[in-house]
Amino acid sequence: MNWDFIAEYLPMYERAAILTVKLGVIGIVFAILVGLICAMIQYHKIPVARQIVAVYIELSRNTPLLVQLFFIYYGLPKLGANLSPEVCGIIGLAFLGGSYMAESFRSGLETIAPIQRESALSLGMTNRQAMQYIILPQAVSMSVPAFVANVIFLLKETSVFSAISLMDLMFTAKDLIGLYYKTIESLFLLVVFYLIILLPVSILGSLLERRMRHAGFGS
Amino acid sequence: MAETLLTVENLTKKFEGNTILDGLNLTIQRGEVVVIVGPSGCGKSTFLRCINALEPIQEGTISLQGTPIVYGSKNLAEVRQKIGMVFQSYELFPHLTVLDNIMLAPMKVQKRNKDEVKEEALQLLDRIGLKDKADSFPRQLSGGQKQRVAIVRALCMHPEILLFDEVTAALDPEMVREVLDVMLDLAKQGRTMIIVTHEMQFAKAVADRVIFFDQGHIVEEAAPDEFFEHPKTERAKQFLNVFSFEKVEHNK
Ligand SMILES: Nc1ncnc2c1ncn2[C@@H]1O[C@H](COP(=O)(O)OP(=O)(O)OP(=O)(O)O)[C@@H](O)[C@H]1O
Ligand SMILES: [Mg+2]
Repeated sequence: MNWDFIAEYLPMYERAAILTVKLGVIGIVFAILVGLICAMIQYHKIPVARQIVAVYIELSRNTPLLVQLFFIYYGLPKLGANLSPEVCGIIGLAFLGGSYMAESFRSGLETIAPIQRESALSLGMTNRQAMQYIILPQAVSMSVPAFVANVIFLLKETSVFSAISLMDLMFTAKDLIGLYYKTIESLFLLVVFYLIILLPVSILGSLLERRMRHAGFGS
Repeated sequence: MAETLLTVENLTKKFEGNTILDGLNLTIQRGEVVVIVGPSGCGKSTFLRCINALEPIQEGTISLQGTPIVYGSKNLAEVRQKIGMVFQSYELFPHLTVLDNIMLAPMKVQKRNKDEVKEEALQLLDRIGLKDKADSFPRQLSGGQKQRVAIVRALCMHPEILLFDEVTAALDPEMVREVLDVMLDLAKQGRTMIIVTHEMQFAKAVADRVIFFDQGHIVEEAAPDEFFEHPKTERAKQFLNVFSFEKVEHNK
């Protein structure tokens, strides 16, 4: 292993990691928003919107992110929308993640018995108040495990961003291998940086899960 | 010169074509304690749920102090504040402490002052001997304690009328008493209550009026002594017989 090479290209990996994290985080935030909206539409069985959400979820879950990114990156400009690769990456991640988040929130909502809502209504709460104070807080904590798994999954999926010429970790590694044939060093750095990004998320996630389980609602 | 609190006229409720409640009429005066008894599945829970507009009804009207209670209507949240409901399964909010369970609705729904609500909540908890549980979570309480908290939670909204749906049915036998005692105390305070129960001794002790439901109708309606000692209808006699057998079994 050539440590000089590693030292020399460390900053390049750092920049790439920062880009990966930045796009990942923004994409996931939007995925959460999309997921919440979809879950609410399904929970309230809003006509039409509900069917649209169902189609979106199937489409999003059953096509690879790479394909989705190609559509956004090469397809949207044909329709007159010229987007930077960064924006395309974020949209792609939100499109993919939205459906996964929606499913985790929906299953969280379904674990809350309807009588909890009735109990809130009988205290004079409006539907909105019952949702805000009683149903959502419980549903969200029920969906923590699935949520954490989704976050990790989406961060890992960012590795296909290089396909739309985003200079992320994967791109950097491929670039260096192509230029200098330092395969071992490049891959070593790639793995280390993905671990640096994902391990804390993973550890934080299991801590959170343990806390939630400890708070173990049960009646 | 009693004041009529609740009026139910010609209430008809169907589930998928099955008529569960068939043209019920009932008025309840302020301060009255009405106990509803009847065989399983005769519609007692459904009746209480209709009063709180948790179920749509097919015919008839329900009104509280002249205000109609209509499923899905705009003023529903407002009327419901005046109707306290206690469920068999407690339905405390598991993610909130006992105190927050009690304080949430008075603060968020009635926009009352936090300190004032807290003082009242603690006072009520003290009264049922659970002040030291104020910061506990529901899962840390026994069934009887949970149910007493649920009663306090309803009380803290200052309701005009309280509905109890078999609130001791899910409890271990040794906890039934502590909950019934709270309800007896409320009756003594002159609260208006509708109580659905299978505890016949308790019904006898607490009721001003007993109503016997069967197959969607009010079959018999009488003062407790009269109903339990001299039921007029054959169906009521049969129903009460089941319970006297249960008692014999128990005593063995
Ligand atoms: N959501 C529902 N959909 C269809 N049928 C229902 C529904 N809820 C209740 N029923 C039916 O309505 C009838 C009355 O039910 P209800 O729960 O009011 O009886 P109950 O008198 O409270 O009985 P119990 O003493 O067992 O609590 C039953 O036959 C029940 O099967
Ligand atoms: Mg019932």
